[in-house]
Amino acid sequence: MKSRDLLWAALAGVAVACTAYDHQSVLDPVGPQATSTRQLFYFMVAVAVIVYVIVVGALLLVIRNRRTAVDDPQSPAREARAERTIKIAVAIVVPVLFVFLLYDFAVARVVGRMPEGSMLTIDVTGHQWWWEVTYEDPIPHNIFHTANEIHIPVGRPVRIKLASHDVIHSFWVPNLSGKKDLIPGHADDIMIRADQPGIYRGQCAEFCGLEHAKMAMLVVAESPAEFTRWVQLQRQPAPAPVDSVAIAGQRVFESGSCAMCHTIASTQAAATVGPNLTHVAGRMTIAAGTLQNSRGNLAGWILDPQTIKPGAKMPANALAPAELQALLAYLGTLK
Amino acid sequence: MTARPLGEEITLPPAIDEADRARLHATWEPVTGIMGWLKSVNHKSVGKRYICTALVFFLLGGLEAAAMRAQLARPENTLIGPDLYNQIFTMHGSTMMFLFAVPIMTAIGIYLVPLMIGTRNVAFPRLNALGYWMYLCGGIFLYTFFFLNTGPDAGWFNYVPLSGPQYGMGKRVDVWAQMVTFTEISALVAALEMVVTIFKMRAPGMTWGRLPLLVWAQLVTAVMVMFAMSSVATASIMLGADRLIATQFFNPAEGGDVLLWQHLFWFFGHPEVYIIFIPALGMVSQIVTTFSRRPVFGYPAMVAALVATGTVGFGLWVHHMFSTSVHQLGQSYFTAASAMISIPTGVQIFCWIATLWLGRPVWRTPLLFVVGFLVVFMIGGLSGVMLASVPFDVQATDTYFVVAHLHYVLLGGAILPLIGAFYYWYPKVTGRMMSERLGRWNFWLLFVGVNVTFFPMHILGLKGMTRRIYTYPEYMGWGTLNLIATIGAVIIVAGMAVFAVNLFVSLKRGAIAGPNPWDADTLEWATSSPPPPYNFVNIPVVTSREGTWAYGEEIPVMTGLKTDRPETLITTTMTTEPLYRHELPAPTLAPLGMAIVIGGMLTAGIFTPWGLPMGSLVVIVPFYFWGWPDKRQHERNLREERERRGEAEAA
Repeated sequence: MKSRDLLWAALAGVAVACTAYDHQSVLDPVGPQATSTRQLFYFMVAVAVIVYVIVVGALLLVIRNRRTAVDDPQSPAREARAERTIKIAVAIVVPVLFVFLLYDFAVARVVGRMPEGSMLTIDVTGHQWWWEVTYEDPIPHNIFHTANEIHIPVGRPVRIKLASHDVIHSFWVPNLSGKKDLIPGHADDIMIRADQPGIYRGQCAEFCGLEHAKMAMLVVAESPAEFTRWVQLQRQPAPAPVDSVAIAGQRVFESGSCAMCHTIASTQAAATVGPNLTHVAGRMTIAAGTLQNSRGNLAGWILDPQTIKPGAKMPANALAPAELQALLAYLGTLK
Repeated sequence: MTARPLGEEITLPPAIDEADRARLHATWEPVTGIMGWLKSVNHKSVGKRYICTALVFFLLGGLEAAAMRAQLARPENTLIGPDLYNQIFTMHGSTMMFLFAVPIMTAIGIYLVPLMIGTRNVAFPRLNALGYWMYLCGGIFLYTFFFLNTGPDAGWFNYVPLSGPQYGMGKRVDVWAQMVTFTEISALVAALEMVVTIFKMRAPGMTWGRLPLLVWAQLVTAVMVMFAMSSVATASIMLGADRLIATQFFNPAEGGDVLLWQHLFWFFGHPEVYIIFIPALGMVSQIVTTFSRRPVFGYPAMVAALVATGTVGFGLWVHHMFSTSVHQLGQSYFTAASAMISIPTGVQIFCWIATLWLGRPVWRTPLLFVVGFLVVFMIGGLSGVMLASVPFDVQATDTYFVVAHLHYVLLGGAILPLIGAFYYWYPKVTGRMMSERLGRWNFWLLFVGVNVTFFPMHILGLKGMTRRIYTYPEYMGWGTLNLIATIGAVIIVAGMAVFAVNLFVSLKRGAIAGPNPWDADTLEWATSSPPPPYNFVNIPVVTSREGTWAYGEEIPVMTGLKTDRPETLITTTMTTEPLYRHELPAPTLAPLGMAIVIGGMLTAGIFTPWGLPMGSLVVIVPFYFWGWPDKRQHERNLREERERRGEAEAA
């Protein structure tokens, strides 16, 4: 019964508002691309509103003005006037479209370019339905893996190399930049830079199957010092558990089904089907942004992922209460 | 018939003999009852059943939309799970595009074009009937599988590899790919029909410069269908082959390319929007003309705009793919093309406003829908220009901003004119007027509903709500706007219910219309309502663009077609000189039989690779009946041949 209580606790957790981070919004930019795109958008809206008001205004004036039987509907003088007006209207529309094109091309250049100096490179691979994240480093043992949460230093350009493990996904963190698809067979990358610290949410934007709706991620922009601290921590293998419950939990992890899919560095669990869990306790969410990372949510997720995210590749795990508690204690040590 | 200068053929109609009418009726509708219904090859019967079938699919597609709005009304809703939701949005898109919008626009062409150009049927009546039966089979095929929980679930765009053999399990995507085969047969057949009919069967004097704008729109659309449908046919066959016989067109692991699918699909998918939109522009032009009481202003510019839209419409497809790895220079080209296509549409809008300004508008329901069209469509058109911008598009694409944009364009640009067209041509088709009072309720409910549903979606998209998600967390803050959108959907449903009631009630209770209730200028109004099976007792002769307005009651006609056989007149393409009398086929079961056999073959084709080769052999049977000469017709021809020889010898 205890496991069911935990499941309910987990489901209740879904409803708890995670207000810890900023929402994903095009209108709230913190990066150079998103900022210049928002300016372009406001410009376009302004022009569109002017055009709309003029044209619909003309239409409404025309239909308000009732003609009388005396007006000749085919009078040559009025036809000539109509023709002149239309010619002028077209002559105005064309240059307006040209201004729009030039402005658009200028913004596209800003968006496509980013100073190369001291760029950080991160590999993001899309999976059904989560994000695999790898921090590149020239020194092989400094490379580390994480999932669904990308930390970046404020003010430093970041190149994100995009690849897909299965179907097409799309990387989109609207506060930073527009989207770019992760296409099998077509390696591509996207450049981002966060100019303000914060936690920005992103979500897969290309329909990728059953749980497309629950494939989110967080981008954590932090000061360079905090970022370096975070990187140092991530490069460490998982700390060995010290208390007996957690040691039992590690045994559950390594001998149960967990190790069939997940990796915890420096343990016997080294499978790469699911997210790398080496520092799972340090992450804010689980199940690709579906749940807040709390002990109750984690328990519900482990026992019955198919109720929370039907179709996810993670099977249900029928663990005895003691095993579950041990496992949760162990996972809690993986800061 | 010898070719003579047109002027000589202009005669006042001869006194019409009731016996002549009866003979024509018997010739053009020799079989009645249920067999007559199954055998019919008359463009009006085929057009009517096309329209009614399309309305049924419109209802189904609308119910799917309503289900989605119910699910999204509040966050974390559990009304519909992901598996069903994905099927529903795929079915909604596929139904609306393939089974409703394109067929109904085609259907209106099939019904009206022969009447508007003054002929008696389409060029290939049996092929036309086959087109309808294929379309019906395709719709039944898709919905049978959907109700068996095997509805397609990879989106109406079916991007590989999600729809490919590795990730698209079961038969769901095969059902979609084969449904495309059904509908592309029917669309291609109808397009061919339109082009040949318009090129070769216009009444004498109806030169290109006198062709009604709706007919121009149908012609441009038909040519677009030929190019666009070929592309999606290729794509869906390749997808089916990848899934069924292990070809690797789209498998990157074997040297295939997933972007190939996107190019082939959008080379069809973007023109598809114009295939729906251009006929609607034609309808708007006819309605504006009639209710402004003057010819449309700027006819040459209107025709040029239709042709330009149809041409440039093929140069925009990559703007659906801006978030893939497209080179920046290539992107700029497609941005420029996407912005440019607004010019011809703008010219048409200006010309309609000018026509209304010059004319003396009569405020009836069809014109109300046209004004609603301009007010709603302009919003979608302007957001479309915004989406031409690559930096903005990569923010907005695959979000609810695009959902808002496309519904403003399609509901505003196609559905509002279409419903206006129903009010306008209903008296012609049924002989009775639709209720004006209900018409106004219908308009205002729909107009308010569309805006309440879709305007908030612009904001939702900018606030980060992506498309095709079956649920969203409460903390995203999208709940209120989604609830407003769902309320709007309820208003739309109410508006459509009023429309349905009006359609049914007016059938029995509407005022008798008479041949030309709106005093309109085009030729379909120069015959009774509903038109007789042969359309016109005598083929009309056209002397100006203003059609019936130029003559009043008395329309000059051409005589000389036989009344004891279904004959119509073939004219030259450019000058519409009469060329020869053409005998059209009699009613037959062959198209229905053919459609059933091809339907069986295509259905088998999703389960076994042998379906198509074996089916191709079976198709020979209905082909045989199709081509078999009519016995009575053959004997008659022999007799006439003998008589002619006898006369020659006697001479």
